Amino acid sequence: MPIIIFIEPDGNQKEVRAEVGQSVMEAAVQNGVKGIDADCGGSCSCATCHGYIDEDWRDRIDPADSVELDMLDFAYMRAEGSRLTCQIKVGDGMDGLLIRLPEAQA
Amino acid sequence: MNGGTVIVGSGQAGVSTAFKLRALGYQGSIALVGAEPGLPYHRPPLSKTYLVSAAGAERLHIKHRGMYDSERIELMPDCCVAAIHRDGKTIELADGRTIGYDHLVLATGSRARNLPPEQGGDAANVYTFRTLADATRLRGEMAAGRRLLIVGGGYIGLETAAVARSLGMEVTLIERDSRILGRVAAAETAAHFRALHRQNGVRILEGAGLDRLELHSRRAEAARLADGTAIDADAVVVGIGVVPETGLAERAGLLVRNGIVVDGAGRTSDPSIYAAGDCACFPYEARRIRLESVQNAVDMAEIVARSIVGMAAEYRPVPWFWSDQYSTKLQIAGLNLGYTHVAVRRVSDSVVSIWYYDQQRFLAVDAVNDAKSFMTAKRWLSGGHSPAAEEIANPSVALDAVSLCENAAPIH
Repeated sequence: MPIIIFIEPDGNQKEVRAEVGQSVMEAAVQNGVKGIDADCGGSCSCATCHGYIDEDWRDRIDPADSVELDMLDFAYMRAEGSRLTCQIKVGDGMDGLLIRLPEAQA
Repeated sequence: MNGGTVIVGSGQAGVSTAFKLRALGYQGSIALVGAEPGLPYHRPPLSKTYLVSAAGAERLHIKHRGMYDSERIELMPDCCVAAIHRDGKTIELADGRTIGYDHLVLATGSRARNLPPEQGGDAANVYTFRTLADATRLRGEMAAGRRLLIVGGGYIGLETAAVARSLGMEVTLIERDSRILGRVAAAETAAHFRALHRQNGVRILEGAGLDRLELHSRRAEAARLADGTAIDADAVVVGIGVVPETGLAERAGLLVRNGIVVDGAGRTSDPSIYAAGDCACFPYEARRIRLESVQNAVDMAEIVARSIVGMAAEYRPVPWFWSDQYSTKLQIAGLNLGYTHVAVRRVSDSVVSIWYYDQQRFLAVDAVNDAKSFMTAKRWLSGGHSPAAEEIANPSVALDAVSLCENAAPIH
């Protein structure tokens, strides 16, 4: 099970054991990572699971599709590496994936 | 046990209330009492991905078990509440135990309406959609080549039809009214989804009243329509709406009228008792409404949690909903109650949005594969802006170039 590292909005680092096949958002929410709301439960409808993928990882994750890109336009503080974590599926090669979470989600 | 907060109902509203209370620094005890077994789960995927995935129920859990322990939320699954004793501020469980409360939150949700027994609603292969147990049983019926009859052309029926077709079932959907989505969407939205389902091989019969299901050995084998037509079926899904679970509140003498009546802070007619989610009827502009959605469950839970810890709280939602069918994503912002006309913005055959207006005032949008319209509309609704309908209807006018007019303040 890959370990994903989240930097919560207050700077606290939280490591979460994720299951292959679930989304990064699910791994975060089920384990109580602060800074991800994910109101819609993963349907790419709310843009409240926004996070910044660490630079080293950006090319190693499947890119966002057009719905996600449209939703990201409305995410709070969109920047380089912005993704909706509900759209990233956890894979075997993601051990050590680092994601910073924004100050607010909406 | 005495005092603290007791939450009745462990669906999205109940779970959200519990965790929000802790996030706001609430120190009292929290008991989360639920009628269903196991850990609380997300309901929306039940009629969508859950039916086609081989994955177990763990994927649906709202939080891991350890989170309830670390947040000191006492989860009490498999517990039915028999009564609320308001004088002594206790609830009584079906097994006779009592639990005291300072604050009681009713997050009892709603139950699926079924066909009455005389129409065959109690047959073994007739399914309503509410719980994980319902969906898991139905999943056992779903296999290529089998015939599924869906009664009701609302979102649950349409989502189930899409999943069943993707599994290779033969699907017939019957709708009693003259068209699908009659209660919830404009004819233009219904037309889009009718065409989508027909392209995908669903037989849709509108204006088709059900006389009864024909049973053999307690299983429905065919549906007899009001006009005498028979439709053979191996399984039947009934998606004809939900009824708020208000029995407990009514027996406790709380004010109930189309749901448990609450004020803008989520309080019922008893100031120690709150309600949130599907079961709660709250003030919305000049009306009182109930909403059956995740947004409503999550946002009302926050309002109730704020009220309990003594923070200011006034529920002023911008409602939103979604539905996934095949690879089509429908996102709805706002409420179309009382609309007088719509403007249709057609970007392509598959990207279209239907904008609802009451005269000049913008009320809601149904956005099909059009997240940009959905998110823009949400923003306009929360800011009280109405986009000019004739510009909306012209897709060559970019959304950020559409003229806006300020809404007059709603009448409260």
